[in-house]
Amino acid sequence: MAAATKPKLAVWKFASCDGCQLTLLNCEDELLAIADAVTIAYFPEATRAVVEGPCDLSLVEGSISTPEDAERIQHIREQSTLLVTIGACATAGGIQALRNVADVAEYASIVYAHPEYLSTLATSTPIRTHVFVDAELRGCPIDKGQLVELLAATLAGRAPRIPTYSVCVQCKARGVTCVAVAHSTPCLGPVTQAGCGALCPSVARGCYGCFGPQDSANMTGMTERLVAAGVPRADVVRLYRTFNAHAPAFRTESERLAASGPQGGRQP
Amino acid sequence: MTDVRVFGSDGLDATIAVLRRRGYDVFGPTLRDDVVTYGPIESVADLPVGRGDEQSPARYRSRARGDGALFGYAAPVQSAKAQFLPSDELLWTSRPGDAASGPVIERQAAERRPVAFVGLRSCDLAAVLQQDRILTQRAHADVAYAGRRAGAFLIAVTCSDPADTCFCASLGTGPSPGEGADVSLTEIVGDGPHRFVATPGSPRGTELLDAVGAGPASDEDVAAAHRVERRAVTRMGRELRTDDLVGVLYASTESPHWDAVAERCLACTNCTLVCPTCFCTTITDAGDLTGGAAERRRVWASCFTKDYSYIHGGSVRTSTQARYRQWITHKLATWQVQFGSVGCVGCGRCITWCPAGIDLTAEVATLRAGDTALKSSRAAGPRPSPRED
Repeated sequence: MAAATKPKLAVWKFASCDGCQLTLLNCEDELLAIADAVTIAYFPEATRAVVEGPCDLSLVEGSISTPEDAERIQHIREQSTLLVTIGACATAGGIQALRNVADVAEYASIVYAHPEYLSTLATSTPIRTHVFVDAELRGCPIDKGQLVELLAATLAGRAPRIPTYSVCVQCKARGVTCVAVAHSTPCLGPVTQAGCGALCPSVARGCYGCFGPQDSANMTGMTERLVAAGVPRADVVRLYRTFNAHAPAFRTESERLAASGPQGGRQP
Repeated sequence: MTDVRVFGSDGLDATIAVLRRRGYDVFGPTLRDDVVTYGPIESVADLPVGRGDEQSPARYRSRARGDGALFGYAAPVQSAKAQFLPSDELLWTSRPGDAASGPVIERQAAERRPVAFVGLRSCDLAAVLQQDRILTQRAHADVAYAGRRAGAFLIAVTCSDPADTCFCASLGTGPSPGEGADVSLTEIVGDGPHRFVATPGSPRGTELLDAVGAGPASDEDVAAAHRVERRAVTRMGRELRTDDLVGVLYASTESPHWDAVAERCLACTNCTLVCPTCFCTTITDAGDLTGGAAERRRVWASCFTKDYSYIHGGSVRTSTQARYRQWITHKLATWQVQFGSVGCVGCGRCITWCPAGIDLTAEVATLRAGDTALKSSRAAGPRPSPRED
């Protein structure tokens, strides 16, 4: 493919830890093929070179947490043929969306010596809240295999194959022992979207939901099972409030539980 | 006079050794992550010696039995499905060829060693025969499955310690193995010497028993084996009434009970993926970044995912109610119409490994009770039309 016709790829950062961008750099086996297939127009984690927009594919990491970023994402959308959000911050607001159920001024006063220098929004919201998004890659961080699939699909002009079913599907496919049934370990796998390859259960840990809710998440049913397994309701709220605290299914259920007090939730 | 043999655990060890020498990949129950699973075994020492289990809805625990039993537990975490119909199978790969001949497509060679099972549960044997019927004895045989099954050697075992979740006796699929095994074993522990009563089920089963020098069983050996079976029958933790399942499920299409199940059901797919008869798969294609190489894989699918019923315009079964109804109605009712038998072998895995502890036998009993109530209240009224979901 001639250089002039190569699709232009840009990687943009908003409120985030850069871990999802690093997933792209960690594509060691595929990195040369990626670099060969696209022109990298903007990717500060990888190169200082900047190519003028517009670009064919924008990967957007991070959430919108400042007034400036709320404006910047509009410009990026205007310059991008396809805009794909990557990671829990960009798709659900990230861990910083915990402010959405708290007082951001109070947080700032605890963390910063001079909070008056901060210019921040009261909420951290996913990119989708601000502009149209063509596709999302979930996870904290995203899965390398899903990223390569997304790039391959985009280059081929087909839809990416990104399953939205539960983590349990990947556990069973891999022959991983169910930690919930065999060890009574609290596990969010049944309500969490697959994509990680059942990483935590494969090392005998419960899923902590970093890919956000699956497409058919039964949150009240999940809560009942966690409580039955001995998890206090206040701790169930914490399980739902991590990297995807602002994802609609997790947020709604955590708010329902929190509002109903320490003994709350569905009454027997 | 039936040919019945007997041997000790050294004879079982010799059996495994002979199968390995003859080129089989030998699978048997083995302990992994404190759970009994079918995995590769090389000798009797790889079996879960002296281990039992406790299974109940959404709960599995391994336990020490306090004896030297080799098969003293109920259904392993996964059935033989994982070996004969693997969860992820490469069908073919393609790479660019020259301009004249086009892409080069390479089918996956079926050159693999034949599989032998030692200690296949009676329920799992029944499930293998179901999948044989469904996947190889209808209009179009599944080539990959048929290839793996054709050379397989099956040594089944009587279940001596059914779990709280077991109900094979309701379905006639256990506790003793039915037809289809090359050899059927019954382990006798604590009733005379530790030994295995072996019945050949095929000429090659007889040949294998001859090869390991298994001598004839005494009347007492045969009686002891019967005692193991009879005791297991009385210890089934659950029961599934099989009369008129078609009528019960068909009459339940509009039952309010689907809502009650869906409150608990997590739509996680575990029941279908541990079910030894569930055979649904889907095809996934992937291409590399250059657009040159591609591969096609076959992977397990589940009717509990939204994507499963996706057709042009969207998914047909968007609610969990609809998915549970679809699964249980197929498993117990329309399966009979389609394949001539109930699609359940009573292994109880869907109960144990459901993280919400949903119990198929209890749900059917509730539907059956509701069906009776519905019939008496509606008398000869018209059947409700199926809801669109």
